[in-house]
Amino acid sequence: MSNLRLPERPGEVIDRGTPLSFTWNGKSFTGHRGDTIASALTANGVEVFARSMKYKRKRGIMTADHWDPNLFVQVGDEPNVRAGSRRLEAGMQVSAQNVWPNLNFDVGTANQVVGRFLSSGFYYKTFMRPKWFWHNVYQRVLRKFAPGGRIHWETSTHGAYDKRYAHPDVLVAGGGPAGMAAAVSAAEADAKVMLVEHEPELGGHLRWGDADDLAALAELRSAVDAHPNIEVLLDSTVTGRYDHNWVAVMQRSHDIAPERLVKARVGSLVVAPGLIERPYVFSGNDTPGVMLSGAARRLINLWAVKPGSKAVVLSANPEGDAVIADLEAAGVEIVAALDARAGDDIAEVKGSGRVSKVVLGDGRTVDADLVVTATGWTAPTSLLNMAGDRPVYDPSAARYFPNQVPDNVLATGGITGNGSTAELAAHGTATGTLAANRALRLRHARRAAASRARSPEGPRPEVLEDTRTPLARVPHPECYLSSGANAKKGMVDYSEDVAAKDLVQAAGEGFDSIELMKRYTTVTMGPTQGKLETVNAAAVLAKARQMEMVDIGTTVWRPPYAPISLGALAGRIFEPVRRSALQDWHDAHGAAPLLAGQWVRPDHYGDPMGEALNVRENVGIIDVTPLGKLDLRGPDVTKLLELVYVNKWQKLDIGRVRYGTMVAEDGVVSDDGVTGRLGEDHYLMTTTSSGAGAVWEMLEDYLQTYRPEWDVHVTAVTGGLTSINVAGPKSRELLLRLVDGVDLSPEAFPYFNVRRGTVAGVEDCIIWRIGFTGELSYEVHVPSGHALHVWEALLANGEDLGIKPFGVESQRILRLEKGHYIVGQDTDGLTKAPSAGLGGLVKLDKPDTLGLPELKAAYERTDLPVLVAVQPDDPQLVPTEADQIVDGDSNRILGRITSSRMSPTLGRSVCLGQVDPSLAAAGTSVTILLVDGRRTTGTVQEHHAHVDPEGVRQNV
Amino acid sequence: MIVVPCPNCGPRNSSDLRPCGEITSRPDPATASLSEWRTYLYLRENPAGWVTETWYCRSGCRRYFTIERNTATNEIRDSEVS
Ligand SMILES: [Zn+2]
Repeated sequence: MSNLRLPERPGEVIDRGTPLSFTWNGKSFTGHRGDTIASALTANGVEVFARSMKYKRKRGIMTADHWDPNLFVQVGDEPNVRAGSRRLEAGMQVSAQNVWPNLNFDVGTANQVVGRFLSSGFYYKTFMRPKWFWHNVYQRVLRKFAPGGRIHWETSTHGAYDKRYAHPDVLVAGGGPAGMAAAVSAAEADAKVMLVEHEPELGGHLRWGDADDLAALAELRSAVDAHPNIEVLLDSTVTGRYDHNWVAVMQRSHDIAPERLVKARVGSLVVAPGLIERPYVFSGNDTPGVMLSGAARRLINLWAVKPGSKAVVLSANPEGDAVIADLEAAGVEIVAALDARAGDDIAEVKGSGRVSKVVLGDGRTVDADLVVTATGWTAPTSLLNMAGDRPVYDPSAARYFPNQVPDNVLATGGITGNGSTAELAAHGTATGTLAANRALRLRHARRAAASRARSPEGPRPEVLEDTRTPLARVPHPECYLSSGANAKKGMVDYSEDVAAKDLVQAAGEGFDSIELMKRYTTVTMGPTQGKLETVNAAAVLAKARQMEMVDIGTTVWRPPYAPISLGALAGRIFEPVRRSALQDWHDAHGAAPLLAGQWVRPDHYGDPMGEALNVRENVGIIDVTPLGKLDLRGPDVTKLLELVYVNKWQKLDIGRVRYGTMVAEDGVVSDDGVTGRLGEDHYLMTTTSSGAGAVWEMLEDYLQTYRPEWDVHVTAVTGGLTSINVAGPKSRELLLRLVDGVDLSPEAFPYFNVRRGTVAGVEDCIIWRIGFTGELSYEVHVPSGHALHVWEALLANGEDLGIKPFGVESQRILRLEKGHYIVGQDTDGLTKAPSAGLGGLVKLDKPDTLGLPELKAAYERTDLPVLVAVQPDDPQLVPTEADQIVDGDSNRILGRITSSRMSPTLGRSVCLGQVDPSLAAAGTSVTILLVDGRRTTGTVQEHHAHVDPEGVRQNV
Repeated sequence: MIVVPCPNCGPRNSSDLRPCGEITSRPDPATASLSEWRTYLYLRENPAGWVTETWYCRSGCRRYFTIERNTATNEIRDSEVS
């Protein structure tokens, strides 16, 4: 392999003292620290990096940066790595992707095979008919065509992605001369600044410039480094700007996380992305060896790599002129230096796998292996578009310029005009000062508006007028499409393999608006997302329709500006996992963890059926801490309870507990639980575990916005009190050994009562006698700091009674045996109160209760589904929850099974289900459609309770 | 994600709060017709412009408060505890 590494260059970023070994398609190569994958491969003589998506053409370096459409490679188990920007690391296993049939084989035959995939709109046309062809041919061929590497689910080692919130006053997107100057001046104006640069170093185009550029860069960099108010994020991209200056930054330079999503709330956003060089459209413009001037200069000046040996240069601007000196310094022979401003042109490039001949505009043909074009710039206005701007095309400068942006978004640098380094920096400086002023005024106003939040420091800064001198718009020829006869064969979109002729064809078929053409041809829809091809596409369309560019418009730039991995978006979720004070004990005693909402809970301790039976026979304890608990105090609690529960609450004596169901204003069952009266103006409400937060918010809503005159104070005590249910025929016997200050006799402490007392020496426990399991049971609420002591005391003192802990699964079995429904499982978002079988519980004669008109209407209906208990006629068959209840042999749905379990108490399967009212009568036979397609029958029961419908066991 | 000014907690990301929609007036449930009730439940002005709406400071002070917000621009004028 050849060695194309040049002698040392003044601005080179490679560390020649640190060689890095890596492989390319299995072969070993060496690069240096500071190389990109692409620069290291080029230095080793690699010319072809990929095959194009449709035509399978060989592709080489085009832009040598993040946007290069031809440099997608596989690195180890990571697909779609951008070799133009990813830094080389020792031991990288790099391979070409999307290379079917293979990287170097010539693919004329493949082109014939797949001819019908190649024309515009092939997505829409090709797969229409015949139908059988889809399975047999299209699918298999298309899969070969699908771009992208291989994902390795099993071995993925990409670690944990992360997120961060940031609140800089000023965020500068782009670390070129204008961006750096803006960051410094904003920081000097006392703003907190975040400076975000896409590349791994600050400097923008100065980095691959001449000696003056490098000197200016050093000066600006040291000013940035010296300022404590500036945080620099390198190798990071601002991917989106949203309302109120919510700015998303994708940080790829984090020490640990492969990518970190920085969510920045920004006072002022300074948009300084510079300009992106535009490819030129001519036949053969995607041949390896054709590259943009920026690519050639980067290869030579940053990585000291010789890009070719005999070059044709086509230049329309000073940056293009500068490439000639760089090429000469690198020992490249200039075969032809063409000046587009003087009418010079490239008609066609020939060569397979590498440029070999160039047909010039004047008809001459020259031998060359390198073609460098500098035919114009695209303004990456994405962030401005996202802020509502509609940039306007200026034909005299051959690019778009910002038009109108909100005050909190400011553009600077090349995107706004042309200038020397000093002029760009001066514009940046003025912009930074202005941005800081606006940000600091906003910060002041926000603090002043929040009277009880942090007060502002000092007076509000005066308004600074925008007195910036705009940068000049230097005239630039409109160079889009070559004058060569075959120019329309030239590529417009390299990643999607869309040539100019495809766009012309689409326009001819009537897809002649830019937005329609985009969707029809997929131009701009590939990984480069329009950075290189949007303006060329518009220019080709303008020419085809003989219109002006300004009248064609462009496609809309939408976020994200650069691709974001799904891992980064998923990232870390800042939501706490809630654990009761007993969860460590559960973990240590073999509990299977169950994730329920925010909570981790014990599902069972190994034998859910046995644990459930033990509750029926002896005594069990379960940690039910996630049960929502709201402490209600004040003289108007009763009014609140009357409002939010469907039943009546006026005559609840102190020491009594009552069950209640809640419905929303639309009459749909929303939650249920028990509320006990602890004192004159003191109640404890329990909610379902999953509904705890919503009920709390709902109570606050009505108290704050509907009845602010009511005197009720709500305190959430869900985590503060650890809740232990002691259930089973021997539960009273157990508690007698541990409870002080409460008479536990059935006469003194009957069912649905609450007492306060001392449990295992812990004072101020709340004990209420209720029975979700259907057994004699007590729910003990213990201050959480003492919960473990009480739990262990219960176990120790119940040993001879056969005590066992049980988990959520056993509780679900027990409650289903007892026929208690669970809101959200046995009910759904359409279940109105009558469907839940609440019957006499609902009181329609109250003056005010949530959803009252809906409740009244619902009770007049006869067509609502009914919740019933069902027992399968095959007692060993347990239908799956959500199995449908159908009409005999037909598929007409008449209901569904909402809960099902094998009952250890009865030795048979038991269910709850919602059925059509025609099936609700006890004794009705229903047909259940099982998951596997079989049908079975079941019988509707008289009561919801399969076990002890009379409630004898819980009333002892 | 917009910034919503809580009168107690100051400007917060809207993800810290719960939007409760345009302010509505709850009819007397004892006398409201079903049609009036469903208008209250489901029908909103939904203008492209200024609207007075309620937010709940769920991660902060737990107050319900109202703001005036322009639904077309997300400009916010004022906030007060309801
Ligand atoms: Zn608040």
